[in-house]
Amino acid sequence: METREGKINLLRLSNIRKLFKKAGGEDHLVLNGISLTIDEGEIVALLGRSGSGKSTMLRIISGLVRPDSGEVFYGGKPVNGPVKGLAMVFQTFALFPWLTVLENVELGLEALKVPRAERRRRALAAIDLIGLDGFESAYPKELSGGMRQRVGFARALVVEPTLLLMDEAFSALDVLTAETLRTDLIELWLEHRIPTKGILVVSHNIEEAVLLADRIIVLGTNPGVFIAEIHIPLEHPRDREAPAFRKLVDEVYEIMTKRPRGATGRSDVVPMSYRLPTAHVNQLAGLMEALAAEPYNGRADLPELAEQMGFSADQLFPLLEALEILFFAHTEGGDVELTPSGKSYVDADILRRKVIFAEHTIRHIALAAHIRRIIDERPGNRAPEERFLRELEDFFSEDEAERVLQVAIEWGRYAEHFAYEEGAGMLSLENPESSANTL
Amino acid sequence: MKLSDLNKSIHLPNLWDIIAFLLVMGLITLLAWGSRQMAVPYTQGQEIPLSLDPSCLPLYALRTVLRMVAALIFSLIFTFTYATLAAKSRRAEELLVPILDILQSVPILGFLSITVTGFIAMFPGSLFGVECASIFAIFTSQAWNMAFSFYQSLRTVPKELQEASVLFGLSSWQRFWKLETPFATPGLIWNMMMSVSGGWFFVVASEAITVGKTAVTLPGIGSYVALAIRDKNLHAIGWALLTMLLVILLYDQLLFRPLVAWAEKFKFEMTESQDSAESWLLNMFLRARFLRNFVGSIGQIRAMVMESLPALPRRQTTFKDLSPLQVRVRQIVWYGLLIGGLAYCCWTLVTFVNSGVNPSEIGKVFLLGLITLVRVLILLLLASLIWVPLGVIIGLNPRWATKVQPLAQFLAAFPANLLFPIAVFLMVRYRLSPEIWTAPLMILGTQWYILFNVIAGAAAIPTDLREAALNMGVTGWRLWKRLLLPGILPSLLTGLVTASGGTWNASIVAEVVSWGDTTLTATGLGSYIAQWTEKGDYPHIVLGIAVMSLYVVCINRFFWRKVYTISQTRYRLD
Repeated sequence: METREGKINLLRLSNIRKLFKKAGGEDHLVLNGISLTIDEGEIVALLGRSGSGKSTMLRIISGLVRPDSGEVFYGGKPVNGPVKGLAMVFQTFALFPWLTVLENVELGLEALKVPRAERRRRALAAIDLIGLDGFESAYPKELSGGMRQRVGFARALVVEPTLLLMDEAFSALDVLTAETLRTDLIELWLEHRIPTKGILVVSHNIEEAVLLADRIIVLGTNPGVFIAEIHIPLEHPRDREAPAFRKLVDEVYEIMTKRPRGATGRSDVVPMSYRLPTAHVNQLAGLMEALAAEPYNGRADLPELAEQMGFSADQLFPLLEALEILFFAHTEGGDVELTPSGKSYVDADILRRKVIFAEHTIRHIALAAHIRRIIDERPGNRAPEERFLRELEDFFSEDEAERVLQVAIEWGRYAEHFAYEEGAGMLSLENPESSANTL
Repeated sequence: MKLSDLNKSIHLPNLWDIIAFLLVMGLITLLAWGSRQMAVPYTQGQEIPLSLDPSCLPLYALRTVLRMVAALIFSLIFTFTYATLAAKSRRAEELLVPILDILQSVPILGFLSITVTGFIAMFPGSLFGVECASIFAIFTSQAWNMAFSFYQSLRTVPKELQEASVLFGLSSWQRFWKLETPFATPGLIWNMMMSVSGGWFFVVASEAITVGKTAVTLPGIGSYVALAIRDKNLHAIGWALLTMLLVILLYDQLLFRPLVAWAEKFKFEMTESQDSAESWLLNMFLRARFLRNFVGSIGQIRAMVMESLPALPRRQTTFKDLSPLQVRVRQIVWYGLLIGGLAYCCWTLVTFVNSGVNPSEIGKVFLLGLITLVRVLILLLLASLIWVPLGVIIGLNPRWATKVQPLAQFLAAFPANLLFPIAVFLMVRYRLSPEIWTAPLMILGTQWYILFNVIAGAAAIPTDLREAALNMGVTGWRLWKRLLLPGILPSLLTGLVTASGGTWNASIVAEVVSWGDTTLTATGLGSYIAQWTEKGDYPHIVLGIAVMSLYVVCINRFFWRKVYTISQTRYRLD
């Protein structure tokens, strides 16, 4: 094992690159040049928005997926397949519904060929430790979400992993349950009641990362790249309301909303190759209304806004990005501010809002303008959606192209730039007669 | 197993134990007796004595049931191997899945006529060969469907569960039994149930069939009915119907209800469903504590033996590297073999058919296919016109739906060919034209698929939507057009697809029917196949079957699948 500043390396990644192969064409880069170490005795959080490849990274670390270049060392040895001594807790729990709690927990030990009696003893101990006593013979479907994830933890801890991986382990739970489970885990960790030597938390929840981790690694999106590393020097248990805690949260927000220079350029138009964020028109309108109203009056602090509106960071960021590229709002230094056109949108009535939205999409979103122009030019004023998908696939993977086009279509439909028939996959100029009579 | 059971090690047998024990022992004895009868000496051409005495019927029924059980076991073995191979190997998948798709479309009675002489030659001097031919025919009516279901389940095992089992170090053998098979179980059991329902039709048809000089007559309900037809004995037919009814009822209660109730546990859902399936038999066995502990301890002994065995050296899964050249070479070899094999098959087929069939006849056979196609489509339309309105009305009334639904499923299982003699009797009596009046026989057994799917679809229309329609004053025809018909469309299509396949199959037995020495024949591809089968002329049989398969494949591909996809994307209510 290597040492660095007297610490023992549990895991070391160097210069990881991962491509996803596309059927007929260019590959799609998911992770680019990521390096990372986890030392003994630390909790590291990987923080990033969807599309930052953090789940892929977790799978590379656990040996489920192979990187295209770069190396992974675990306990000093290169990783070349699924690794022993690693256990993962899944977002969806990944419990076997046909096995009881006890059988689920025993499963990993069975695979390790632990003798029957010892298996039972260790499984019962793990169940006891995680607070599942009395549920041994229950099936997962009889349990609440929080209890299910406890089974997930018991199953991971029973194999006494050196490194515990958590893939959004708390994000499928309600706020209160997630909080209790986090607290319990931290207690077990601090009191050394589990032999685990390191924890890697993958999350999109900023507060969760600041609450749990000794160190946060922020990943940027598309492809996933290293953006920042933040040390959290706070003592456990951490107080969410403490000024030092709030300051760190603010700092992370600022890092995560900072747009890399040159992404949109200084120009007013986002190009065709821009990944439009998934943001529904109603959500955008709702967010702008909230921003315009008391207590924000057009300007808000991001963590405060997220909490107020019950949004996780991952839900809020795409909306902010959409408002930004549409020139309805501007995000800077962890704050968001409505632009004058954003304000006039909020003040307008339903029809007038559509007109404003239409102007902004045509002016600022190249894809929307492009679709409209093609439809105008084509005979019959109709164009198949396939056509635009092909164009977008020059820039994105198939799924991503479809997602981006869906966003553009939703915006364009609302703005009444064009109509869309889903079954036929046809875009056309607004013409209600033709769409009402199909089948 | 529950912990509490482990702690209490001694249990005295209770009443349920005694009942369950007797049931199990009785079943084993019957199976043993029946299986011995299957391998009695037999020389080809020998007449197997059959009696129309109703008291013989229970034993005949047992023989029929045993054939069904044997076919089911073989179907399961086939499913586990074929579907697993297709799901695990990309290369195998490219070949195996299309083959399965085609096999599904080949009329099942066609298999019988082609394989029967081969099987008899395999076991000279024993009845076993004839039994095999019959079992194989039933097998072909079940296996493809089950294999498809299993393959699809294997392909849709949730990704996280796969990852979890890899991370926890389960071997692929462990993964197959701990993850993949349990996940596929509910779907497999449902398909098994449907397949067995369809299978009764073929077991009846396969017990009495003549291919040229080879006459297959096996003691069973099917051959009993065949004899009754020859003797024009309506009473005997009545008894046979009654027996079949009882057999299906028992099969349902003793095998499938318990299986379905047991499979509830493997459903991949995280909420407990409201109306989970129940079975009195399963409940009884669960209450029979002694028996359950006995079975449990067998499991424990097995586990102990397995653990004491030296572990096989396990290959550590690692990422594999193949050079681009290797990949290329493998591809070329694989596709070369594939195309070569395909060309050889085509050539064999063409030369074989050519050896006994005048090429000019091929066009005629296609025309006959068209006639049968028209019959099938008209029948489906008529059946829909009757069953859709009725099914919707029943489905919207939950109280009726729960009563009619099992009845419809039961009727779908009932082999309609047992009813043919009655219809033919009437046709002969009133001098009805076979061209028109044999047609309803084709759909007699398969129409129920339409009914019970429509009932299920109508029952699933959300109450919200019905209330909203009511609230807006949408009633009468408009309500049907805007809500009820679109709402049931996906289920209706599921029913129609199943019914369509079954109707094609039935055409082989329904276009030629007889009563005593009167034989009524309708023009069509089904009667073409049936007639040449009786003469034992293989090139003609193969041609007929090939053309029918072609029709079925094309209709499935170019019609049903398209319509089904549209209905799934546009009319799904969830």
